[in-house]
Amino acid sequence: MGQTGLRFYKFSFLLPGFLVLLAIILFPLLFTIRVSLSGWDAIAPGLNWAGLTNYAHVFSDGRFWEAMLRLSAMAVGTVLVQYVLGFALALLVWRDILFRRIFRVLFLIPMMTTPVIMSVIWRTIFHESLGPANDVLGLIGLGPYPWLTSANFAMAAVMLVEIWQWTPFMFLLLLAGLLSLPREPFLAAAIDGAGPVRTFFNVTFPLLVPVSIGAVVIRLIEASKIMETVYVLTSGGPGTATETAGYYIYIKGLRDFEIGYAASLSITYLVIMIVLLTIIAKLLVRIFIGRSA
Amino acid sequence: MLSTLKYIAVVLWSAFVVAPLLWALTTSFKTANGVTGGPTYLPYIGFEPSLDGWRSLFGGAGGIDIVRPYMDSLIVTSSASLISIVLGTLAAYGLSRFEYRAGFVKNTDIIFFFISQRIMPPIVLAIPFFLMLQFLGLLDTKIGLILVYVALLLPIAVWIMVDFFDGVPRQIDEMAMLDGCTPFEAFWRIVLPNSMPGILVASMFCVIFGWNDFFFAFTLTFTDTQLLPVAVVSLNSSVTPWWSLSASALVSVAPLILIAIFVERLLSRGTLAGAIR
Repeated sequence: MGQTGLRFYKFSFLLPGFLVLLAIILFPLLFTIRVSLSGWDAIAPGLNWAGLTNYAHVFSDGRFWEAMLRLSAMAVGTVLVQYVLGFALALLVWRDILFRRIFRVLFLIPMMTTPVIMSVIWRTIFHESLGPANDVLGLIGLGPYPWLTSANFAMAAVMLVEIWQWTPFMFLLLLAGLLSLPREPFLAAAIDGAGPVRTFFNVTFPLLVPVSIGAVVIRLIEASKIMETVYVLTSGGPGTATETAGYYIYIKGLRDFEIGYAASLSITYLVIMIVLLTIIAKLLVRIFIGRSA
Repeated sequence: MLSTLKYIAVVLWSAFVVAPLLWALTTSFKTANGVTGGPTYLPYIGFEPSLDGWRSLFGGAGGIDIVRPYMDSLIVTSSASLISIVLGTLAAYGLSRFEYRAGFVKNTDIIFFFISQRIMPPIVLAIPFFLMLQFLGLLDTKIGLILVYVALLLPIAVWIMVDFFDGVPRQIDEMAMLDGCTPFEAFWRIVLPNSMPGILVASMFCVIFGWNDFFFAFTLTFTDTQLLPVAVVSLNSSVTPWWSLSASALVSVAPLILIAIFVERLLSRGTLAGAIR
């Protein structure tokens, strides 16, 4: 086949998807950058020119930076717990256990459910007097706790729901990884007389490092967008105790209608996330793969 | 001893996983009295069961009519997933088999362009999407939402399919082309039929993320179009009717719970191990 023929096929595979995505994404992105340089708000809607005043304001906006810090703590905290639990669960139902297929199905269920809908159910569970959370804890002599109305408990509640929802994702990727491992290294370890703990640290874990890094990075990306759980469970409250960056931008933009300012917050948020996530991904690869190579 | 601990751990986690769903199930049979009587779990023993919550799904009092949002969710999710899978599979095949170069941009950069869309926080896109759909006259329509969802789902499809095609030996399509197939025929007749597991996995993820999205449906549609998550959450207030809320929540998440069974099958057959790396 001639060069031109090949070129034709080559581009007819890639371009439809590429152009559609570009068309849908490019306008919003460029537009947001432009809006972030304007003073668009409820009183003066429109694309006037405000230069970098919004960005100057962002830097001195304590509430935004607090929300960013809170979001980072929540994202890193929940993802670590999800990873450890997900890995443990995957190991538990990996091999010789009765009813393992039933347990596997059960463990997968939460990630299939709609987060925002389950959050509404969780809100009834955490109800101080009518919900089962305090009722069950009362059986072992604890509580009642003000789940959604005190800062620390509200934070714990949001994180608990995130962990319930997304541990299955870690479980799924790690179990798929475990099931695809070759048998030989395990036979070798058994011949060497290695116990389960040594086998795990010398064989299983090193073999799963690539899957682990992928899973952790994907989850961090998704967790950096935490917002719906907060919206339903606490509306960022009490006060601003559970407000994440995304939720703060939502309030500024779509509730207070400070579109220009919200856009500059968005761009700042986006840039920080891309930089941080890239650094984390590179770091993880260097620490775990660099060393074993 | 160790194996007893193992079973205890597995059973405890299973209980934690199903607890919210069982709570919703029991609540869906309560009435106002059953709810304000404090947390009770068993019908007849703890509270007098009633079907009010389930009746409210079909226009009964104190709930939302679930049928229309259900249809809207079905149409939007399936169309957006289908479009994303078709465009994503084609693009992924191209990216896996051909070399693209434009200046310093190479295949990996194009793949990164697709995947990086997932990093974009929804809130960044919401306001411009709102104005864009308003300009196109597509606010509050299914077509507008489908457009937006394609942008969310296409990256997932490309991501999974590129990995998958990289694992399909090139010799297969080269053989076909030696036999006189054009690249498109080789793709359609030989590669695609052998790629069904990858396509299944990709479609599954598209459906999960499409069906479960809330934020865009919430900001871009109001009355003419209403997806399930928005409809259910609209019941969330200070005087939430817990029974209709629970019934509608269960009906909304039920179809995807079936997907869990299907995913487990793929896992146990080893199909997923090849598709997710």
